[in-house]
Amino acid sequence: MATQIIGSTVKRREDPRLITGNGKYTDNMTLPHMAYMAILRSPHAHARIKSIDASKAKKLAGVLAVFTGKDLKDAGINPLPVGWLLPEIKIGPHPALAIDTVRYVGDGVAAVVAEDRATAKDALDLIDVDYEPLPANVDGEKATQGAPQVHAEAANNVAFYFKIGGGDADAALKSADGVIKQRILNQRLVPNAMEPRAAVAHYEPATGQFTLYNTNQNPHIIRVLFALTTGHPEHKTRVVAPDVGGGFGSKIYLYADEIVAYLASKTLGRPVKWTEERSENFKATTHGRDHISDVEVGYKKDGTITALKVKTWANQGAYLSTFAPLIPTFLYAPMLQGPYTIENVFCEVWGTYTNTTPVDAYRGAGRPEATYLLERAVDLVAGAVEMDPADVRKKNLIPAFKENYKTCMAYVYDSGDYPAELEKLLKMVDYPKLRREQQAARKQGKYIGIGLSTYVEITGAAPAQVAVSLGAGAALVESALVRVMPTGKVQVMTGSHSHGQGHETTFAQIVADQLGLNVEDVEVMHGDTDKVPFGAGTYGSRSQPVGGAAVYIATQRVIERGKKLATHMLEAAEADVVFEGGKYFVQGSPSKAVSFGEVALEAHWPRKVPADVELGLEASAFFNPANFTFPAGAHLAVVEVDPDTGKVDLTRYAAVDDVGKVINPMIVDGQLHGGVAQGVGQALWENTVYDENGQLLSGSFMDYAMPIASNLPLYENARIETPSPVNPLGAKGAGETGTIASTPAVANAVIDALKPFGVKHIDLPLTSEKVWRAMHSRVVK
Amino acid sequence: MFPAKFEYYAPKSVKEAVTLLAKNKNAKILAGGHSLLPAMKLRLAEPSALVDVGKIKTLAGIKSAKSGTTIGALTTHATIAASDAIRNHCPAISEAAAAIGDWQVRNRGTIGGSLAHADPAADYPAVMLAVGAEFTAVGAKGARKIKAGDFFKGALTTALKPNEVLTQIKIPAHQPSSGCAYVKFAQPASRFAIVGVCAWVKLDANRNVEKASIGVTGACANATRARAAEKALEGKKPDDAAIKAAAAHSSDGMDCLSDIHASAEYRAHLVSVMTERAMKAAVERAK
Repeated sequence: MATQIIGSTVKRREDPRLITGNGKYTDNMTLPHMAYMAILRSPHAHARIKSIDASKAKKLAGVLAVFTGKDLKDAGINPLPVGWLLPEIKIGPHPALAIDTVRYVGDGVAAVVAEDRATAKDALDLIDVDYEPLPANVDGEKATQGAPQVHAEAANNVAFYFKIGGGDADAALKSADGVIKQRILNQRLVPNAMEPRAAVAHYEPATGQFTLYNTNQNPHIIRVLFALTTGHPEHKTRVVAPDVGGGFGSKIYLYADEIVAYLASKTLGRPVKWTEERSENFKATTHGRDHISDVEVGYKKDGTITALKVKTWANQGAYLSTFAPLIPTFLYAPMLQGPYTIENVFCEVWGTYTNTTPVDAYRGAGRPEATYLLERAVDLVAGAVEMDPADVRKKNLIPAFKENYKTCMAYVYDSGDYPAELEKLLKMVDYPKLRREQQAARKQGKYIGIGLSTYVEITGAAPAQVAVSLGAGAALVESALVRVMPTGKVQVMTGSHSHGQGHETTFAQIVADQLGLNVEDVEVMHGDTDKVPFGAGTYGSRSQPVGGAAVYIATQRVIERGKKLATHMLEAAEADVVFEGGKYFVQGSPSKAVSFGEVALEAHWPRKVPADVELGLEASAFFNPANFTFPAGAHLAVVEVDPDTGKVDLTRYAAVDDVGKVINPMIVDGQLHGGVAQGVGQALWENTVYDENGQLLSGSFMDYAMPIASNLPLYENARIETPSPVNPLGAKGAGETGTIASTPAVANAVIDALKPFGVKHIDLPLTSEKVWRAMHSRVVK
Repeated sequence: MFPAKFEYYAPKSVKEAVTLLAKNKNAKILAGGHSLLPAMKLRLAEPSALVDVGKIKTLAGIKSAKSGTTIGALTTHATIAASDAIRNHCPAISEAAAAIGDWQVRNRGTIGGSLAHADPAADYPAVMLAVGAEFTAVGAKGARKIKAGDFFKGALTTALKPNEVLTQIKIPAHQPSSGCAYVKFAQPASRFAIVGVCAWVKLDANRNVEKASIGVTGACANATRARAAEKALEGKKPDDAAIKAAAAHSSDGMDCLSDIHASAEYRAHLVSVMTERAMKAAVERAK
């Protein structure tokens, strides 16, 4: 019974609370004497602040204080930190409120704290800021070509330059049968978590204790960054991330707003709440993607891909966000070999400053950019050699391996069977039949497209020493504490954080499975630095392969500790005692056993164990994996394009993924479904548009098109399991595969549908107008 | 999220509403609130007062008579979309109502609110123009009728005077051998029309087009008639070729909008495509 809990569908234990409106989110928090903060944000993309006059705002009844960048500076608060330091990186200082210059629309200029929210908001209108507008730069590539300078520290707006390669791409391109050159864009996206950001800052003057309740994915990292930025001591700081309504990466970072709230609370001696509005979220929460790439791909006539050379301009926005430099470098460039045997790859990246919202990780973070580019390149090669895209993939996929496939660049893939994934997918959809249907439809003037995407991605950060050697400002290990109570019930504390992932269910499954308990006997706690041991949090699909693994190891330690107690209870030799099905017994004599519950009671109220045996029953573990994990898979999309309007309908979506050992199939399916929706959103609808002055034109849901259920088909999905050898669960990260795989699958499908029109490439998103223009040979804007 | 300060009134009658509008400069009428409240929360609109007509019971409802169907201004899109009376009489209105926003919007938003707001991309105006609807507005001097063709004056601008309340919409009686249809190409974010076209057609005894009327929304600053296409169809046998040829003229003379969702050229093209589709459906219904 017990051994079936891992791998079984257990309903999400957090859902009754969340779907009945009983979640406790940051904005639900009300503390006595709380005041409310609102932030005045720059309407200009780039301007010098000549003066700020807050006198009228301060006179408004109910206003308690107004803060500006100068106040923060005077209080000794440092600029916001950059947590990933590449060699030669040029960091433009990012004060929590602008001091002399605003650098993007949404840059904080002043903060009002008032007795209520509406008054704080009214007061913003009374602050007079005299701006001298400066010319703006919004394009990640043009930023380096004589555009207005965003920071004096970074010549030509280059924040960092990064290159990596393996083999000899130039030589391989020269000796290739053919070379295709293509510019490929990966548009900027707005993460749009369901819950916008929020913070309650609570400084207690009597003790100097500070508590920050806020929407984050990683309370311990936030606490470290907060302490370094404000100078407030870490041991007198508590960070709580209560229920958090989605993050997708955008809530990993230390933001300006909570720093200002801290100063406000400390100054006023009152708790201060700030809640982001949706229109603020569009501007003031980090964006994702935004790459411009020039690609050269070399191939042989038989479809073998021999070389890939890429230049990428990665728009970082106006400031480097906390982990921004990591995304278009180590999470992108070394993943460009993908699941293929390409032996010669070279990629160079310019991370550039522009007058736009800062860009950082967004679901997939670097791997969607790499996968989309590579999968488009594979389809371009298929077109050039006139082979079916499935056959080109079969030709190039890395054969099955159980461990350690050394890529031509930095990474060593842990385990995988990429050809089996593709085969399973093609069989699942009856691929030859699909192609026949496509041909038949074309004869009737219907344009159906079939798109493939085979991918491998990197999750489970990180082997700490590797991460630090690559520039991580903090190690990325994960912790767990498993605490057994006298009644045999268990509390699990994890340093990772659930904001939709379902830790309260899956981590309980791991423990219950090991201890022979019911899932209901295990409670999982996370998100409070006062309760849980240090951990790096949740991002990059690391919770299960790193956090779950730590829980597993801690549970094993609990079993070992219990064994010492059981040995005395059984009056046996420790070496003879085994633990199975929730019971300790002497090997071969299962009828004379003590249950885990009896041992738990003995651990707290000893009757049989001698005085020198250590009591209590809990264990902790820090897990520092030997390698990352590399989930992989094969996805397929079918679309129909309306030739009159260019409108794309996604009619079918099928996926085969390998995320290693699965703890809860329903939750993994859910991750895939949501991820696919987000990737389809990037392929077809989502677009972040700035005008040349740096004004955000797509700053609300009226103009920024999110994927919605009625525009999506039912998904067909299956899995294969190649257990990861790098953690004891055999798990690989499952949170981002859908997003990574689906954008290229859908894009390839649309372009496949347009084959009769001679269309080879259209940039994302594939809006109706772009598709229509491509079909009718009009210039694609 | 937080609108600027405003006064709030909930009159019980249209007369009282008109009086309140006269008393409060820069007052706005609140009906379903699905355009006005977001604008206020973003502080794009800062009315001094809201006159909430939601409690005036006589303003909502659908009445069928021989002379036509009357729709109260406060009738929600969801009610209209679900109404058999409207579907039987003028299915284009049902199609327009069902295509607005999402469930939440359709359950709260009202036809009068939508028409009075006159968003350039709203759905109803195309239908109102094509079917020749007539609006009733009540002001200090009593009620007056406004023809749909005289109502839409520009983006967010109508023939309504500041102190007038739009009270009802009248759809003329069904004519024998006539049919209408509304076809929309939705903007994927807002679901407003990038282009929406309503075609109304009446066939003569020979099944040729006696009269055609085409309303277009989304393409320009305000909803407008596609008169060149109407003329091109009248007197013709409405086969696919004739409809296509006529639809090719549907954007003639239109000054199409250009924005991040669609260029003017693409909008003009969509006017033709949607006109062709709407006309085909209308002709089928007229037969």
